[in-house]
Amino acid sequence: MTEAKVIDKVAEEIRALSQPQGVGSAQANAQPSASAPGAGRQEARTSSPPSGMAEPAEPQPRETVVSPHPYATQLREKRLAAEANGRARRDTLLYLDGVTKSFDGFKAINNLSLVIEKGEMRAIIGPNGAGKTTMMDIITGKTRPDKGEVFFNGDVDLTRHDEAAIANMGIGRKFQKPTVFESHTIEDNIRLSLSGPRSVLEALVHRKDEPERARIEEILETIRLTAKRKTLAANLSHGQKQWLEIGMLLAQDPELLLVDEPVAGMTDAETEETARLLREIATTRSVVVVEHDMGFVRELGVKVTCLHEGSVLSEGTLDKVSADPKVIEVYLGR
Amino acid sequence: MILARFLGPRVWILIAAILAAAILVPMANLWLPASHPLHVPSYIVPLWGKYVCYALLALALDLVWGYVGILSLGHGAFFALGGYAMGMYLMRQIGARGVYGNPDLPDFMVFLNWKELPWYWYGFGEFWFAALMVMLVPGLLAFVFGFFAFRSRVTGVYLSIITQAMTYALLLAFFRNDMGFGGNNGLTDFKDILGFSIQADATRAGLFAASCIALAIGVLLVGWLTRSKFGKLMIAVRDAESRTRFIGWRPEYVKLFAFTVSAVMAGIAGALYVPQVGIINPGEFSPVNSIEIVVWAAVGGRGTLIGPVIGALIVNYGKTVFTALAPEFWLFILGSLFVFVTLVLPRGIVGTIDHGWDTLRQRRRARDAEKGEADDAAAVANPAE
Ligand SMILES: Nc1ncnc2c1ncn2[C@@H]1O[C@H](COP(=O)(O)OP(=O)(O)OP(=O)(O)O)[C@@H](O)[C@H]1O
Ligand SMILES: [Mg+2]
Repeated sequence: MTEAKVIDKVAEEIRALSQPQGVGSAQANAQPSASAPGAGRQEARTSSPPSGMAEPAEPQPRETVVSPHPYATQLREKRLAAEANGRARRDTLLYLDGVTKSFDGFKAINNLSLVIEKGEMRAIIGPNGAGKTTMMDIITGKTRPDKGEVFFNGDVDLTRHDEAAIANMGIGRKFQKPTVFESHTIEDNIRLSLSGPRSVLEALVHRKDEPERARIEEILETIRLTAKRKTLAANLSHGQKQWLEIGMLLAQDPELLLVDEPVAGMTDAETEETARLLREIATTRSVVVVEHDMGFVRELGVKVTCLHEGSVLSEGTLDKVSADPKVIEVYLGR
Repeated sequence: MILARFLGPRVWILIAAILAAAILVPMANLWLPASHPLHVPSYIVPLWGKYVCYALLALALDLVWGYVGILSLGHGAFFALGGYAMGMYLMRQIGARGVYGNPDLPDFMVFLNWKELPWYWYGFGEFWFAALMVMLVPGLLAFVFGFFAFRSRVTGVYLSIITQAMTYALLLAFFRNDMGFGGNNGLTDFKDILGFSIQADATRAGLFAASCIALAIGVLLVGWLTRSKFGKLMIAVRDAESRTRFIGWRPEYVKLFAFTVSAVMAGIAGALYVPQVGIINPGEFSPVNSIEIVVWAAVGGRGTLIGPVIGALIVNYGKTVFTALAPEFWLFILGSLFVFVTLVLPRGIVGTIDHGWDTLRQRRRARDAEKGEADDAAAVANPAE
């Protein structure tokens, strides 16, 4: 589903919800006021006289009477819109809306809206400083946005959770600069990343077992590092470190992988292999790839979003995006 | 077999050596006649007992600095707190034998005209209670301090500075007479421990043996911790904290656990130290003391199990020798030693030997592989240890 479609759907739902007809809509109205007590209370205060004492005794009829007060109507519409928004959001995997983040007055992310569907692979391009990494920081809880909504799986508000919690919800992230545990073997790097309990106590008494070995084996196969399993990660080539990091993400068994510049510093052959690897991963998971390398993005063959100065400049197929005059200007302007 | 695999032969040799010392040194002191060439003079026993306590302290620091990357410059505080808890027990053992002959109050309280024992001295007449406090007080302080510091993600130099501030604050607090810990003079004039005279050779031999056993247990504990998955996690936090966070671990808990365990170890070291030197005073909280611990660990080799133990023994033996020769130069020697180790032997003594050994082995393996003799099995034989 494209973003335009999502917006259409939202509008449709707002229309459907804001027309009070019969029992069905009364119920639809009653639901939100129960789940959003704050809004309900405010509305009550504006619409009922200050005596207020009798109010809780008969809340039922109040729902069917439409308040004549313009402020109350406005509030209701706002609430309904939010509800409908939630409905449209429900089918998305990642939902960013109106996200803004500034560093010392400089807007690294500026009113950014982005929707990733379940199972989708998306490539994100954009010139240096476009805010690609900052966007990932916001999704993974490293940076709190100043404004805007960030939802995972429809209704998990990511701005309320920290990095570890978000990682455990199923969002894996590869850093722009490959980061692995250099003094551990490849196997141990994967072992530490395997999904499972994350408590100190468990780590103290943990025993290696067969299923664990099998999972590690499987991941090593996927990232083509089986032969190097006992090598220290510090002794890997740059490209191999990138793969190891991707392997660590896979070990986490995430629903969504955020991959920041996976082919930076790779040879052509390695780049090709990485594209294959990511496509393979994308058959079972959602993937967001940030990359400058256009050849690589073409090889992925997925929908592309171009960021510029913290917001979406263009979105669509690679051909469409690269033909977009705004995109050309941004890239040629540098 | 399993034990050998569990820690590696070198660590078992160290543990065996420590336990042998625990038995042989007291025997050579108590039972061999003074004329015998292997006789250990009585002044040596508490002196080396003190070094063994320092070794345990260095090991405790290594757990957090070497394995988790927390450069604590306040470990002297945990050591001193353990020492004070033991000192309080020893004070209560004096009973009516003090200068003022007051059976209920330590001398310094009588001197200050205090009429009754402050509440926080209750229970210290009992050894079990004091032993509990030896671990609980440093452990609790480390837990609370660590909880706030690690949760606020204070790391690196800033963390080192606040640990230093912590020990300095305690130094100032313990200097005050009205704190009830003997002020400037601290706690001293101990008479006996568990009913044995603290001056007796046999008691000192016993304390020496106890220190050795505590050190051996410490080595085993740190060995077990570092070999577990938790140990791998500690190293992961040390090397790439944000990576551990983004794969779903909470580095603050890893740090908090290691820091607390380490503080408890330091407290036990302090408790064993006090009866052997016969005094505990606020000087033990001095920031310089905490820095010295770092030097011991650095000289021996941080992040190795046996390095800090060896480092503490060597540096403190050197300190004893040099302070006898030229006391005013010791701090300069210590400083130069630290600079030398940092520049020339950044891995410390044990770390450098290990590294040389690893390089040699890898080179040999590479040569074997070239000859085409290396089968898969050899390549898979664990390279890390
Ligand atoms: N923590 C921070 N403090 C101040 N400024 C920051 C911070 N993080 C990012 N920025 C700024 O925000 C802007 C966007 O940075 P970001 O790293 O997201 O760009 P990017 O699209 O990933 O670029 P690149 O392609 O170079 O990786 C940059 O101008 C950067 O300087
Ligand atoms: Mg970036």
